[in-house]
This record gives sequence, structure tokens and C-alpha cells, in this order.
Amino acid sequence: MIKVKNLHKSFGKIKAVRGISFEVHDGEITGLLGPNGAGKTTTLRMLYSLLPPDEGEIRIDGLDPAKDAMSIKRTLGVVPDSRGLYTRMSARENIVYYGELHGMSCKDINTRVEELVGTLDMTDFIDRRTEGFSQGQRVKVAIARAMVHKPQTVMLDEPSNGLDVMSTRALRRYILGLKNAGHSVILSTHIMQEVAALCDRIIIIADGQIAADGSAQDLLQKSGCNTLEDAFVHLIGSEEGLLA
Amino acid sequence: MSGLMTVYKKEVRENLRDRRSLFNSVLLGPILFPILFIGLAYFAGNKQQERAEKILEVPVVGAQHAANLVSFLEQQGVMIQPAPEDPEASVRAQEVQVIIRIPEQFPSQWKSGKPAVVELIADPSRRESDIPMQRIRGLLNAYGAQIGQLRLQLRGVSPNLRSAIMVKDVDLSTPQSRGMLVMIMLPYVLMITAFTGGMHLAIDSTAGEKERKSLEPLLINPVPRWQIMLGKMSATATYAFASLSLTLLAFRFAFPLLPTGALGVDLNLGIKAISGILLAVAPVVVLAAAMLTTLASLAKSLREAQSYMGLVFMIPMIPSLIFMVNPMKPETWMMAIPMFSQNLLIGEYVRGESVSLLWLAMSMGSTLLLGFGVAAIAATLFSRPRIVFSN
Repeated sequence: MIKVKNLHKSFGKIKAVRGISFEVHDGEITGLLGPNGAGKTTTLRMLYSLLPPDEGEIRIDGLDPAKDAMSIKRTLGVVPDSRGLYTRMSARENIVYYGELHGMSCKDINTRVEELVGTLDMTDFIDRRTEGFSQGQRVKVAIARAMVHKPQTVMLDEPSNGLDVMSTRALRRYILGLKNAGHSVILSTHIMQEVAALCDRIIIIADGQIAADGSAQDLLQKSGCNTLEDAFVHLIGSEEGLLA
Repeated sequence: MSGLMTVYKKEVRENLRDRRSLFNSVLLGPILFPILFIGLAYFAGNKQQERAEKILEVPVVGAQHAANLVSFLEQQGVMIQPAPEDPEASVRAQEVQVIIRIPEQFPSQWKSGKPAVVELIADPSRRESDIPMQRIRGLLNAYGAQIGQLRLQLRGVSPNLRSAIMVKDVDLSTPQSRGMLVMIMLPYVLMITAFTGGMHLAIDSTAGEKERKSLEPLLINPVPRWQIMLGKMSATATYAFASLSLTLLAFRFAFPLLPTGALGVDLNLGIKAISGILLAVAPVVVLAAAMLTTLASLAKSLREAQSYMGLVFMIPMIPSLIFMVNPMKPETWMMAIPMFSQNLLIGEYVRGESVSLLWLAMSMGSTLLLGFGVAAIAATLFSRPRIVFSN
């Protein structure tokens, strides 16, 4: 459960986020949609307390990142856009490292890794060094790493970037599984089909502000368009950034 | 603190798998430096010996003016060569190192009992002509002294009368204190090793992690940033310390291989000296790790971090160079100067002196204090949000 009220963040003269407010509910998948440079990543970074907001309020399960950064980090699982795996370590070692950073016991980590190897189908490469992994394999390791401590809130930044059809379908199944298990999931993405297939709520961010907030149905109605893509262009007011 | 340990263990283990990192800490210091040392010592020793034992070939101008002098030189094993046309020019052109010129007035000066002038033509600024010059000068002086003595005896005067003073050298240097090359170079090499040993890890675990984009997810973990930073710093210090120990051990085995006879050097690194040096230099390792991590955290990319490292090299070099150019007698106040005091202490240990506990404590204390200060700066830097972003 995330509540964000009137969030502001500037870098020097550039105002990256200008008054964003929204809510993310448990058992729902919320899509953050927006052109490049709209402020999605900055918003996410404030949510996982990497950046302090200039103004506004964030509550994750009732906790304030400014005061309880450590407690919030324990309930968060983040899969960043860049994945950021350690290439000189095996997939298993990458996951175990994060488990240890979360203060989990050796036994718990091992049980959890076996569980994740099963759900994410990683048997073939779990003990290989991640150097030269395919995009699909890397996403799986990054997800496993983020999920090792069973976080309540899961944030995924462009999770299906560079994945083939089979991997994408497997990923979607996994994300839907998270939702059904009662996690709250935030998805930042460019891909419309993904939004349509997964998201219960869509928040469109443009130019540091919320351009629209609602279900796919709501957005189509509000914009009077037939497809989500058209609705998106209509709601942000330009085609800028869509192709990037 | 478990976060710190986790980060520490991971960095140490991950970098063991990195060839560049291993090369920097294992190969560079411990293998290269001792080999360089032995090589230099052999080269210097051989050259010196070669020049001292080589048959002297000296051109003599005007040999006909002093036939006895020339035959004396020949008896002493000097090969007399025909004179070149322009002696000065051939010395300048480095065709010959030394030329003796006996001027025309030599016979008349000789006969009238005045000091007869013999010219020694050489360029003393060329170091390779030092030894032949010394040898010729020695021979000429010996001949002069011999003739002078004979002249006095002929006139019924004791030759001892003209030696009003006799200087006698009393050599108090121990064999150890003569090992100048090693004495000057060893502190320098060890201080550099304290920095290079952990350099790669410091860069890799900060700027490298930033560049590979793994820093951001790392910081989302519930571990305070200062612990992450200290974990990386400790790993850097561990590598540097390992490198330092290996280098010292390598020198211990390399010293007996040094051509001691040629240099008049007899040094050995006993277990006592090694442990003393390790103890004295350990705080430098902490300081170096703090400096390296701070600088590397400021860099946005690996490349930028590497360019800073040139600067870092200057830091241990400056005190070592000062000591090299101007060797000083260690005084208590000097022990309060980080990185300079270690130069002095290493010298004391290698010379086989016992080092006072006060000196050791002052040196370690001042260096550690500075190290912790820099580490605190690094911790502050690491808490800034900007540290994460590479662009």
C-alpha cells in the first residue's frame, strides 16, 4: 500500500517531478506510464528512498521513507531497468548476496533460492557466472534477487525490455502471480500491450505531473479513443518520446 | 554491522576472480619490485666491478717527454695508446674517456726539481669516466710520491717529515647501514605498494559499480550507506595489506640473492624487521584505502577514477622523495607526520636498529587519525544521493 501526496523534486533548475499524487493498493498491479524524461524513474527513486523529495509526502505501508528508510527497504523489492548484476558472480551468488544484505539466515536464503529457481525456471543457469547471460536470464536473476526477502511491495522498471515472446509471457505470468499473492506491484513501462495485459490501474505521467489515473477502461472513456496507444498520446498531449 | 561484513566478504571474493585486480596486488608489488631490485643491484655491481678490473687503455700525448713515467704506467698494467690528433675533441666525442698529456716543458721542470705538470684530460660529468680517472690519478700520484720520496732520501731527509698529518679512517658503519640503494628504495616501494595493492578494488567497487549500474540496486538494500562504504574500504585495505606482506616476504627471499659483495651491502629482513615494518605501515594501508575510496567515489566512471589515481600516486611519493634527496636523522617530532614517519621507521628496521615504542605509537596514531578523518569524509560523500548516478 503506497500513498503519495504532492511530490516535488528538482535537480538544479530542472523540475523533474511537479506535484505528483497517487495511491497503489495491495493485490493490484499499477502501471506507471510516460514518455522518456517524464519523471517516472525519479518518482520510483523517491519511493525506494534513494532520493529525498523536495516537498510532499510518501507513505509505504504507513512508513515514511525520510524517517524509516531501513524499514521501508525491508519491505521493498526493486528490479531496476539496468538490472545491475555482478558478472563475476554466479546467479546464485548474486541472489545470496542480497539475501545476506537483508540479514537473512543462510538456511532461509538457501530454501528461498531453491523456491525461486523453481518458480522462475532457472535450473540451467543458476550456478553459472552471469557474464554473457541473455536478457531473459538476467531479468530472471534480477527478479529473484529482488524477491529473495519476500517483499510486500514490488517495483519493476521496464521488466520486459529486450525479452523474447516466451520470456515475456513467463514474466507476465510471474507478475500476475505476485498480484494474486496479495503483493502490491508497480510497473514502469513503455509497452502498451503489457499495460493492457497486466495493469489494474494506469498512471500516466508527463512532464513531471499526472496526466491521467484510472483503469484501462477509464482511460479509453476519458480520451474517447479506441486503443490505449491513442489514449496515451491524447492524454499526454503529444507524440513526443513515444518512439524512444 | 552484519551488512558491513557481507559487503566486505563479497568484495574480497569477487575481486579474487578479477585478473586485473590480482595482477595489481599480487604480481606488481611482490614480484616485479624485488626482481627490479635484484636486477638493478646486479647491473650496478657488475658495471662497477667491470670498470675497476678492466685493463686501462689510455692515450698519452707527448710520451717522449717522460719515458720513465710512461714505462711506470706500463709496468702497472696500463696499455699506452697512440695519441689522437685532437685530444680534447676525442674526449668530448666520447671516443676515449681519459687522456694523459705530458707537456713539452715536463723534462725541464723535472730536472729543475719543480712540480712537473701532467694533464689529465677527461669529462668528470660523465659518470662512466669516474673510475678510469680515479685509477690513473692514483697511479700518477703513486709515481710522484715514489720519486719525491727518493729525492728526499738522496738529500738525507726523512720522507716522513713531509707527512705532517696522517689521516686514518675509522669506519663505524655496520654492514647493514651501507646498503644505501636498498635503504632508500625500500621505504618508497613499500609505501607505493600500500597504495597500489588496493587501488584496483577501490575503483572497481565504487566507480566500477556505478558504471555497471549495480550501485543503485545495492543501495536499495536495508544496509546503512556508511556500512557499505566501510565494507568496501576494508576490502581495499585487506588487499593492500596482503600485497604489502607478500612484497615484504618476496624481499626477504630476494635479499640473499643481491650481490652483496659488489655493493658492500649486507642486509637481511628477519621476521622481527618484517613484523615491525608491517606494524608501522599498516596504518598507511588504512589511510590509503580511505583516500582511494573517497576519490573513486567522486568519479563518475572507471576512466575518470583511473585518471585520479595518478594524483594518488604522488601522495606516498612526496615524503619518500624528500627522504631520498635529503636523508635525515629521525627525530621524535617527525614521527607525527603521516607517511613521512614510516619512511624513517622502515629505514630503522632495515638497518637492524630497535625502534622505540613511543615512535611507533606516534607514527601509527597520527596516520590512523588522518585515515579515520578521510574515511569520515568518504562516509559523508557516500550518503549524498548524487553518488549513485553516473550521468
